[in-house]
Amino acid sequence: MTTKFEVNGKPVSVDVEPRLTLADCLRHELRLTGTHIGCEHGVCGACTVLVDGEAVRSCLILAVQAEGTKITTVEGLSNDADLTPLQKSFRKHHALQCGFCTPGFITTAHALLTEEPDCDADRVREVLSGNICRCTGYIGIVDAVLEARASYKK
Amino acid sequence: MKNTFIGAPMERREDLRFLRGRGEYVDDVAMPGLLYAVILRSSVAHGRLVSIDASAALKVPGVHSVITGADMPGGPPIIPMRLQPLPEFKPFEQPVIAHEKVRYVGEPIAVLLATSAAIGEDALEAIAVEIEDLPPVADWQTAAKNQSVLFEKPGTNRSLVFQARKGEADAAFANAPYVRREYFRTGRHYGLTMEPRGVMATWDDATAKLTIYGAAKVPFFNRRILSAQIGLPVEQIEMIENDVGGGYGARGEFYPEDFLIPFAARHVKRPVKWIEDRRENLMAMNHAREEECDLEVACARDGTILAIRGEVHTDMGAYMRTNGAVGARNVSQFMAGPYRVPHVKIDSSLWMTNKTPVGTYRGPGRFEANFFFERMIDMIAADLGIDRIELRRKNLIKSVEQPYPIAHVQPTDAKDEYDSGEYSETLDRALQEIDWPKLEKLQGKLIDGKYHGLGVVCFIEGGAAGPKESARIEVNKDGTLSVYMGTSSVGQGVETVFAQIAADALEVPIERIHQVYHGSTAYVSDGYGAYHSRSTVMGGSAVLDATNNFMATLRQAAGKRMGCAESNVTLDVDKVNGGGRSMALKEFAGLTAEGAFLNKKHTYSYGAHVAHITVDAKLGRIEIVDYVVVQDVGRAVNPLTVRGQVLGSLVQGLGGAVLEDLKYDENGQFLTGSLADYLLPTATDFPNLRCVVLDDYPSPINPLGAKGAGEGGIIAAGGCMSNAVANALQSLGAEPRQLPLSPTYIWELVQAGRKQAAE
Amino acid sequence: MKLPPFEYACPSTINEAVALLANHSGEAKPLAGGQSLMPMMAFRIAQPSLLVDLRKLPGLKDIKIGPDGVRLGALVRWRDILDDKRLAAAHPLLKEAISHVAHYQIRNRGTVGGSCAHADPASEMPGIAQTCDAEVTVMGKAGTRTIKAADFFQGALTTALKSDEIITEVHLPAWPAARRYGFQEFARRRGDFAMAGVALYYDVNGGKAANAHIGVIGVGDCQRRLPKAEAALNGKTVDEALAVKVGEAAAAEVEPQEDIHASAAYRRALTGTLAERAVKAAAARSAP
Repeated sequence: MTTKFEVNGKPVSVDVEPRLTLADCLRHELRLTGTHIGCEHGVCGACTVLVDGEAVRSCLILAVQAEGTKITTVEGLSNDADLTPLQKSFRKHHALQCGFCTPGFITTAHALLTEEPDCDADRVREVLSGNICRCTGYIGIVDAVLEARASYKK
Repeated sequence: MKNTFIGAPMERREDLRFLRGRGEYVDDVAMPGLLYAVILRSSVAHGRLVSIDASAALKVPGVHSVITGADMPGGPPIIPMRLQPLPEFKPFEQPVIAHEKVRYVGEPIAVLLATSAAIGEDALEAIAVEIEDLPPVADWQTAAKNQSVLFEKPGTNRSLVFQARKGEADAAFANAPYVRREYFRTGRHYGLTMEPRGVMATWDDATAKLTIYGAAKVPFFNRRILSAQIGLPVEQIEMIENDVGGGYGARGEFYPEDFLIPFAARHVKRPVKWIEDRRENLMAMNHAREEECDLEVACARDGTILAIRGEVHTDMGAYMRTNGAVGARNVSQFMAGPYRVPHVKIDSSLWMTNKTPVGTYRGPGRFEANFFFERMIDMIAADLGIDRIELRRKNLIKSVEQPYPIAHVQPTDAKDEYDSGEYSETLDRALQEIDWPKLEKLQGKLIDGKYHGLGVVCFIEGGAAGPKESARIEVNKDGTLSVYMGTSSVGQGVETVFAQIAADALEVPIERIHQVYHGSTAYVSDGYGAYHSRSTVMGGSAVLDATNNFMATLRQAAGKRMGCAESNVTLDVDKVNGGGRSMALKEFAGLTAEGAFLNKKHTYSYGAHVAHITVDAKLGRIEIVDYVVVQDVGRAVNPLTVRGQVLGSLVQGLGGAVLEDLKYDENGQFLTGSLADYLLPTATDFPNLRCVVLDDYPSPINPLGAKGAGEGGIIAAGGCMSNAVANALQSLGAEPRQLPLSPTYIWELVQAGRKQAAE
Repeated sequence: MKLPPFEYACPSTINEAVALLANHSGEAKPLAGGQSLMPMMAFRIAQPSLLVDLRKLPGLKDIKIGPDGVRLGALVRWRDILDDKRLAAAHPLLKEAISHVAHYQIRNRGTVGGSCAHADPASEMPGIAQTCDAEVTVMGKAGTRTIKAADFFQGALTTALKSDEIITEVHLPAWPAARRYGFQEFARRRGDFAMAGVALYYDVNGGKAANAHIGVIGVGDCQRRLPKAEAALNGKTVDEALAVKVGEAAAAEVEPQEDIHASAAYRRALTGTLAERAVKAAAARSAP
């Protein structure tokens, strides 16, 4: 099936089986390997991307369901020139070690801070509870997201 | 050597690619002409493998081939043990694919190659396997009956007994004024990594060369194993370590797939990729920690510990894996932890069962020992009417006693001694950080429906396993420097830490260290890897040696080219100066020198955990109010990453103490098959954690003075949480004797305690 | 864990969707948020031959609030419920229960209709539907029918839905402003399926509880109301002692299962504790 959508601001057209998940489509058809697969059953959050601005688990969405949507991956939240304020905050607070869960945290945090730049620590923890990190123990991640709030406030 | 970078909390270089999603993990590596491997795994726990019929699967469009043990000339090779490779273990080692029998749910039976993983999984269902059921062995007690044996040749399910001995324990017990005996259990859990495993192999027929991607932890050792199994010289095998999504002891050991995938690539002469999915990972990655312990402690009336004696039984799963014996060995040698115990007699039995085989998980055997012994200390303190903190202080090893010899383990003839440290200082600091005097009146109090409890435990962490590590320094074309390591990265920040060490050793700005390359066999002539918290000590010390050799080599070359004495040559950022002349370092592009660090001794980092928790006794829910870890690491090369290790390993430990539990039924059927069943800590589970990292007592055994420090957070979590729960529920008579501290278990303890009080 | 093969259709009208389901002799499944169906397919527990994507169907995404109560379109997502400020007054029990559902990313996709059609015994939405005497409207080739919640939810993952039917709406009766309510659940971790959960409400008549509705989730094979516990509450003054009695009645009434997360005995006791605490929470809410 041919499916057309937008990824990181660019229009794409893919011809894929219905059973191909959005996660696999991004990684293998579009070679955007920043989105990672940790469980394929919707628990770990490593595959989180933004669909029309909302954080979703891309392993639970079919590529063909993405028709007409605007998708943002971790690559779309990055630039070559410099780290974004959110990324800088992650680095400062040592909010990553092996890096495998990190793209999912970046996209989730970006969605949260865009919608709720005034969120408090409890809200941050609650929202991040849908992403599993095995290395850091979360303390640095929560601190990083809290510090990044300033850059999302108008 | 100036310390501009060593000791600085430098932000990590690795982050620049990881934050942008530009890390390259094995599944991110593309390869033309790839076939995807999927593995047919046994759904039977114990049985005779009668037949495998892949004919229907081969007819599925997109399926290329199916490989079984029958395709391996001489039968499937056996995976040898890497650590404690005792002859007694040989009959229990694992064939790379099921051979004549299946012994655990998840054991590989066949490898199917297809044009996509999806087609491969479709076709797996069409492979017909006939297995004759055999009586399953689902726990150590059943194993001990030896009625159903997993391995006919040895005829027993016990592969070995480790014996840890010191002094004369039986005599000490015979004369002891006070003895307490208890039975404890730690539940099965493992070092689940967020990135499941993966192997990709390419075979170049023209050069007879095998290239393997997805290596981790011990690539040089694994290359030697593969070379022997597959009949290729090591020079014909290259192992490439990509970015690695966590290790924790579990990833990187030689697993069946580490033979099967390269074998498949060579067999079909096409590149083959296998990416483990989570369902597989839960049943195929090394399990750990399932131990039961019958422990006795003898004391004087004033609380001085005289002797410990006991039996530990480890549920090893179906095969002896490459590092499977470590936990069972460690629990016997380190049962006494940081305490002075003159007499030790611990027998640690390894029982084979029809479950996923066991390997190491961060703090192997030490997590269990800490739980067993620290629970005992609290119980003894209550019995003797001695304050449990004073009891610990009285028995903690003092700095003047260092190096302190610990129990001797046979049959591996393992002798060891703790290196340096004043253990009571970290205890004092932890109590100070949490403000113990203010909190102690809360112990056992019921406030707003919750019982308050405090836990306090001490630990040691062993690190820096030898025997050797290598590093190499090379001048790049642009005059920057590259560092090549024999150690591996599992996410701990080696690219940054080794750059700090190299930059300080060479006295150049850190930007001059262009890149640190790790793990791949192409980088150094001989490497060892990342395990037993060794990278900073072993790798870091190897880097120091490499910088020394590099400077000597540079001086020699520069002396010749500039016509001056070698001793006059200096390196200044990007210039080489000597005898009044100066050359750019890039003129020496290609200049390289290796270094190594040899070590037979372990380092012993140490510390204390103190926790304030509440328990809702009706729900069985634990909440952490405050939790402090204080750890002395000898020398913190990068305080930012050390803190990350302490906190990260602490949360893993809390997961093992409260949430994580791999479960089987009485038929060896695996019950925790998804992440909805196997519960990992999330951001809301364990808030309010903090740590203090000290470096007051450097290690005398390496030039950095550093101690391996990645496991201290995990080691004491079970002991601390269980003591905190006991403290909270003391009025209800609840004494935890097993982990995990699930809601059901806590509730059952309260019911049992109430019942006992009523009787 | 790649998905098994299937065909995919994305119809534009409900009639098209129903026709597709009807023509596949029970082997087709509707696809809403996919948060429950996709994991089942990833484990190959479910292998439908056709997925009928409902996302283009009109008129199913609204939350209608009126004198007859709250009407949730089948494609209303958890996020939509939590974002709708009117529900704080129009159905506070619904709002509180849904705040416990899963996680942030799941709440952006999971739907009312999907959850009710899936009927996991531990899900909050079927629990609220049962507790609040909801009605489920479905449409199939035989037309539209409305089914009472007690008849709709029949067991674990089992509902009255025929293979050609899709849910179009869940209707919760009007919620009086003075109503007292409580919701208590306990899961191993935030967002996990509850080991047990209790939703309850009662009205106050002459200073005493009346019209008590107590529903349990996560215990037994299906969400259900607890008539004996309700009887313990009705007609009485609500105080601490009564809360304890209601808890005891609830604990005695359920048939708890044993699984890897909770023993049967613990689950029974947990039900009682949660019911007691839900009554206390309800009583503590002051009337507006």
